[in-house]
Amino acid sequence: MIEQPPRRSRPATSPAPERRGPADRAGPPVLSLRGARQVFSTPRGDVPAVAGVDLDVRPGQVLCLVGESGCGKTTTARMAAGLAEPTGGEVLYRGAGLRGFGKQERAGFRRAVQYIHQDPYASLNPVRTVYSTLTAGLRRHGLAKGREQVRRAAIELLERVDLTPAEDHLDKYPHQLSGGQRQRVAVARALAMDPEVIIADESTSMLDVSIRVSLLNTLGALRDDLGVGFCFITHDLAVAKYFAWDGEIAVMYLGKVVEQGPTPDVINDPRHPYTRALVSAVCEPDPDLARTKERVRLRSADIPDLTDLPSGCDFHPRCPLYEQGRCDTERPPLVETGGRRLLACHVADGPG
Amino acid sequence: MTPKPPGRAADGPLLSVRGVDVGYRTGRRTRLTAVHDVSFDLYPGQSMALVGESGCGKTTLGLGLLRLLPRTGTVSAGQVLFRRKRGDEVDVRTLAEEDLRRFRWNEAAMVFQGAMNAFNPVLRVEEHFLDTFRAHEHTRRPRAELLEESAELLEMVRLDPARVLPSHPHELSGGMRQRALIALALALRPQLLILDEPTTALDVLTQRSVVEQLTELRERLSFSMVFITHDLGLAAELADRVGTMYAGRLIETGTTRDLFHRARHPYTSALIGSVPPVVGDLHVPEPLPGGPPGIDELPPGCPFAPRCPRVTEECTATRPELRVLHPRDEGLSHAAACLHADGAELSTRGGHP
Repeated sequence: MIEQPPRRSRPATSPAPERRGPADRAGPPVLSLRGARQVFSTPRGDVPAVAGVDLDVRPGQVLCLVGESGCGKTTTARMAAGLAEPTGGEVLYRGAGLRGFGKQERAGFRRAVQYIHQDPYASLNPVRTVYSTLTAGLRRHGLAKGREQVRRAAIELLERVDLTPAEDHLDKYPHQLSGGQRQRVAVARALAMDPEVIIADESTSMLDVSIRVSLLNTLGALRDDLGVGFCFITHDLAVAKYFAWDGEIAVMYLGKVVEQGPTPDVINDPRHPYTRALVSAVCEPDPDLARTKERVRLRSADIPDLTDLPSGCDFHPRCPLYEQGRCDTERPPLVETGGRRLLACHVADGPG
Repeated sequence: MTPKPPGRAADGPLLSVRGVDVGYRTGRRTRLTAVHDVSFDLYPGQSMALVGESGCGKTTLGLGLLRLLPRTGTVSAGQVLFRRKRGDEVDVRTLAEEDLRRFRWNEAAMVFQGAMNAFNPVLRVEEHFLDTFRAHEHTRRPRAELLEESAELLEMVRLDPARVLPSHPHELSGGMRQRALIALALALRPQLLILDEPTTALDVLTQRSVVEQLTELRERLSFSMVFITHDLGLAAELADRVGTMYAGRLIETGTTRDLFHRARHPYTSALIGSVPPVVGDLHVPEPLPGGPPGIDELPPGCPFAPRCPRVTEECTATRPELRVLHPRDEGLSHAAACLHADGAELSTRGGHP
């Protein structure tokens, strides 16, 4: 079949304090965004949905994008998957810009980077059987030949996502499956291409809590056993924390990354006031904790209009730490603050 | 917690659900009982969460309480007793058409799942308010007066009436729509609000503001709530008491702390155990394998037995009844439908003080 991505053991051997710079943790990034921008032209004016982000997805690592709706998470993911061409900056696959790709290189990229959509009710073709859905890509990319081989590949895929017995599921239609089972089929379809990177856009948010954990565990096994890199998008910080514990979180606000760093640090010691507000807003599944937890109060609940962004820091109209004269005039750059953490804030730049 | 309005709890429960079955007609001669033998008492000022996986009958029960089921569904057994504002008790099941119309919204209102779909997309928000007043109020009032009251309601949920009232639903963000919907549900000051997944599909920050607003409104207007959710975090935060549903049955009820700290039904503890908390170190949630059984193919014994970690032979033969473990007043008793409920407490989340 096709070349396997290099298998990698989990970085369990490297203890937390020894965390090194992002570049030398897990080899070179497979997929990178460099200053990627996406501006949509609308009758109301240009909407800068993504205003220049630099992100890297490495093999066997998770990069988690979190933020409110409309902050550009999905647009970023679509650019990374090559589904939308950035209007500025570029997307690099193995260090080479996507723009310069010929037909063959592009096919290779399409194979290596797979996308799992949010809604398994919409992302599976209702008139195709599971078998047909799973094998369409195999046949298109010529990865399996002959009935026997294709069928065997499909069975293997279903077993990998714990849809067993696989033979029972092959000839079913999506309407005969539950939401969790459908999402597993969508994962299996992505896996059929033996991808190096999976982009999962809110892939677990439609599922029941019980199924969510088992699907996350399935994805985690792919990450650890097959060395698949993940770009994982979610608005659920608890899910982000669980799935990306060994990886990184990038918090996006109005098309920009405002804080980025190793997951445990960002979740347990958020620095940017926006991240703090997000972490403190989560409903904890513990009645005592829920009543004692400290909440960050924002000055405004409304997200500014992307066509009419505030001056200075985008977050200043809502920020509880707002300082007049600085926050409303000058945009804080995203700078390294030590410990592999990036932060874009004038006020909360010191540790703690 | 919300201070209960003095003296009112002594009058007895606001809503008393007794042995309610809700069924759907699935063919000319076939029926399906989606909710079976549910009983609970809700006292004034209480907030109760109904939790469980999809397909456990939570929404069906919620709709059944107000007789809002689709045409094929009926409350086929039991009583839904409700104490009206004027003090008399009625069975919602037997209310005549006109009485039912007056009952809805005046006494009990519903906030539907998905604020997106609950509004009519071609009507302005103000028209929704006017419609509601005109359809459910006893007296006719002039338009200006109704609009003024609508504006007050919107201000209560911190929306700007001048901006929201003349807007169409699509011009509002998801959070604004949800808040407008809550304001609309409260238009006739009902005693009971039933909310179906009030924060699902909202962002964390928007979720937070809806939660805060509901808490505040409850303190101000002292209505009771039944809310349906699969978000256990929301239940922990907004409810005084929780009922777990599984396969159409209520299998555990109790105060929020009973269920979150001292769950006696393995399903409740499995549900809680599968939610990773955000604070602190990595907590590895326990997956709960499989799914609930189809309601038409329940196993003979305990419906949870096939997935239960504590299953014994007895469980596959005897169907456990909801049994009171820790009696309390005002419907707050801790009860569980598990043969082993008296055994050791199940570990849910012991780590926090």
